[in-house]
Amino acid sequence: MSSDVVISGGTVIHARSTERADVLVRDGRVLAVGADLDRPAGATVIDAEGCWVGPGFVDLHTHLREPGREEAETVLSGARAAAVGGYSAVVAMPNTEPAIDNAMVAQFVLDRGREAVVDVAVAGAITIGRQGEHLAEIAEMAALGVRLFTDDGTGVQNPLVMRRALTYARPLGVRLAQHCEDEALAAGGVMNEGEVSSCLGLAGRTSVAEELMVQRDIELVRLTGCPLHFLHLSTARSIAMVTAARREGLPVTCEVAPHHLLLDDTACADFDAVFKVHPPLRTASDVSAARDALRDGRIDAVATDHAPHAPELKEMSFDDAPAGMLGLEHAASITLDVIGDDALRFFDVLSRGPAAIAQLRSSDERPRHSAHGGDVREGDDANLVVFDPRQRYTVDREKLQSRAVNTPYDGRVFVGRTRALLVRGNVRVNEGSLS
Amino acid sequence: MAERERRHARPRGVIFVPRSQLLTEDEVERALRRMAHEVVERNDDPRTLVVIGLQTGGVPIAERLRDILADITGVDIEFGLLDVAFYRDDVSLHPVLESAETSISSDLTDRTVILVDDVLYTGRTIRAALNALSDWGRPRFVQLAVLVDRGHRELPIRPDFVGKNLPTSHDEAIDAGVDGVWIGTLVAK
Amino acid sequence: MDWNVGGEVIDSIAGRNLITLRDVSQQAIVEILDTAEAFAEVNARAIKKVPTLKGRVVASLFFEESTRTRLSFETAAKRLSADVLSLAVASSSVKKGESLRDTIATIEALGIDAVVMRHSASGAPEQVSRFVPHVRVINAGDGQHQHPTQGLLDVFTIRQVLAARHGTTGRESGCELFAGLKVLIVGDLRHSRVARSDVMAYTTLGATVRVCAPGTLLPVDVSQWPVEVVENFDDALGWADVVGVLRLQKERGTGSLVPSLGEFTRTHGLTWERARRLSPSTLITHPGPMNRGVEIDSRVADLDVALMERQVANGVPIRMSVLYLSLAGRAPERSTDE
Repeated sequence: MSSDVVISGGTVIHARSTERADVLVRDGRVLAVGADLDRPAGATVIDAEGCWVGPGFVDLHTHLREPGREEAETVLSGARAAAVGGYSAVVAMPNTEPAIDNAMVAQFVLDRGREAVVDVAVAGAITIGRQGEHLAEIAEMAALGVRLFTDDGTGVQNPLVMRRALTYARPLGVRLAQHCEDEALAAGGVMNEGEVSSCLGLAGRTSVAEELMVQRDIELVRLTGCPLHFLHLSTARSIAMVTAARREGLPVTCEVAPHHLLLDDTACADFDAVFKVHPPLRTASDVSAARDALRDGRIDAVATDHAPHAPELKEMSFDDAPAGMLGLEHAASITLDVIGDDALRFFDVLSRGPAAIAQLRSSDERPRHSAHGGDVREGDDANLVVFDPRQRYTVDREKLQSRAVNTPYDGRVFVGRTRALLVRGNVRVNEGSLS
Repeated sequence: MAERERRHARPRGVIFVPRSQLLTEDEVERALRRMAHEVVERNDDPRTLVVIGLQTGGVPIAERLRDILADITGVDIEFGLLDVAFYRDDVSLHPVLESAETSISSDLTDRTVILVDDVLYTGRTIRAALNALSDWGRPRFVQLAVLVDRGHRELPIRPDFVGKNLPTSHDEAIDAGVDGVWIGTLVAK
Repeated sequence: MDWNVGGEVIDSIAGRNLITLRDVSQQAIVEILDTAEAFAEVNARAIKKVPTLKGRVVASLFFEESTRTRLSFETAAKRLSADVLSLAVASSSVKKGESLRDTIATIEALGIDAVVMRHSASGAPEQVSRFVPHVRVINAGDGQHQHPTQGLLDVFTIRQVLAARHGTTGRESGCELFAGLKVLIVGDLRHSRVARSDVMAYTTLGATVRVCAPGTLLPVDVSQWPVEVVENFDDALGWADVVGVLRLQKERGTGSLVPSLGEFTRTHGLTWERARRLSPSTLITHPGPMNRGVEIDSRVADLDVALMERQVANGVPIRMSVLYLSLAGRAPERSTDE
């Protein structure tokens, strides 16, 4: 049986141009791109009429919960959620139990990922146990192909430790990433500090907790010259500071999460812990600023911060419930809502930008992973998504691929959906569902 | 006819729209006089009597009845008010009724209570009133006086003294007071 | 954002939950107060019981200790002839981290009509109401969020006293006695659910509210509250018709927010000296329990204008009123776009 695939009738979105063309895939690679290609016998034909055909999305920031919290999600279930969301690769965050702070745990997750329907890359922790005190074995993990390091879930609180980490990481050619929140200032708050938290009687996390660490780390980058990626920026000021730093030529990049592009702190008014997340949902003007910055290129990537939790945990009081919401299955729809018809920008923030930051492109030297975020040219690894920018659908929390159900979008109508996904030439999603 | 201010403890948001007048003020006064004489005939000692008006429609009728009794007997007949909003057995079937004052000054044990209401219909208000009265002791007799009996009893309750029997249908409404008795309908505001 | 955060304003709590005073209109509050007045009369009789809620089951679920409030609610329910299931969960075997849904499921299985709930987490009653929509939920205090029956009994008490001064009854006066009434709320506003309920009750009824507290005990962002923040406590005392003194919430972490209790008393305590300079008609309230000598001097607490005993006494009729309206009444038909 032929493993050929023809993606027919769509608009191919290259890095700097678009064209109506078919794409022929053979043996895991793009064989040809052109109008009205001949269809080899036995080829699987994917109808891409009305769709964008581009590099599969890459998520810089997914919590796969394995090892340790498999009741919420596993590598395999998370990968399925990623696939229906249009992702051909995800970077698994290290705040597992035990944390991914050494080569053994990293290897475990990478091995689990080999059976997954999408490519699973791994981010390692910066410090042992993510405790923020001693450096983890970054070089050992890098030897396995780990290229992104973060203590995500929390930021590295001690500036000396952060400086040391940046200095150590630099010659290894890896990138550090920071969850910016000063724990002392955040003072155990459970939602954004402001009018809404004051009215609801919930302890707040001031936006200054994020902005202060962003500012600190910009200075540390300036001091060490080491690249740094800012995770889930949530305030207008944070985005402005990172933009200014980049204009100065500092090697900084940033991402924003889908929920910070759509929801503000008034969503917490009913005390539904589904809306509890760190950093918290901010004000409407922060959401507006994030949307503007995503549209005009000041933000490099949309990253889901997909954070599954067992349902009974999200049914605890707002104070006690764990923070985090799902995102893999709906990030693309939300990105489309912000960016509109600008397909080039759409693939920049969902695929090419994050692929560069995660070092998953063909030009990045990586053992074991195929290349993502490509230009859709002959010879490229066939990690491709067929995305229908017109399809409307209603989110149903009972029908998600994720094991968990803590999506804040239940019942919402979204526009834009993945119709098909190829990972290394294998059709993982067709006609909107897993193969 | 102009709308009349509601007197009964009707649910909020409902008004009585009259269709025709059945008793004039004089006719009501004559009926009350007759009832008062019947009360006196039936009860030897007027000093044992306590006239209790049911809120809110029964109150002006009870006051008038009490005054006539005092007139006839020369005795200062005791008077009280009773609101049964919290004693009804059909509490969850009605929207909340406004509650009014209850004031019963003494222990009713061994007294003869003349319970007065304007209109007797299903009998549930009277049943609730009998429940309530037991919170003030154990009256020797409770006798029921109503200005109008419109039929349709749902419980074994019967009046002792009636001003007028007026058969009605369920979709009609009666408004009865010292100034007259009207028949009409209830309309949502 | 306005105070309402988009909720619909309701005109009556009949057949509804009472979780916050945020969306409760003036008409609804007056209805609760007037009904409470009728129940106060019931409470004055020899037999303090009416059969209104006979056959209904009210569960009292207190995750936070409070003997006084719990007894007040349970007495109210019993005087309405309801059956009461009393669960002082704080001392039971509920493990920390057990979901609210699991806890309520156990009691709900027994068939309850209403739950009166106190919890240390803001929003817990709101969450529970979503798990058991057919059960009426009455909030007896949730974290720092709301304590609606306290707010209601506070305004009920003030109305009662002011009406008596004017030779009328509370019911006859409706809410006109609150128009332009000058209310000063002082103390630990940041951590106080009573403050949030009081502010809403007083302002909805037409009063003008000022608040005064050390900087660290004011709510973090008070810009949308319908109050004026004043810094000079002594001037504000001269202005006020009613002074609502709040508890210092030591157990909620106030301790690290003010340098010492002594300093708090000096700057914002209702001391004997301050009380003596009050106009003789100024009324004083406190939700209790009082930290005598901290936010209020012992002698001040015993003055005639200090209404704490009345507040406590009014707790039962107010709670009877709330239980009666919530359980006996029926909410209007819900529209399809609920």
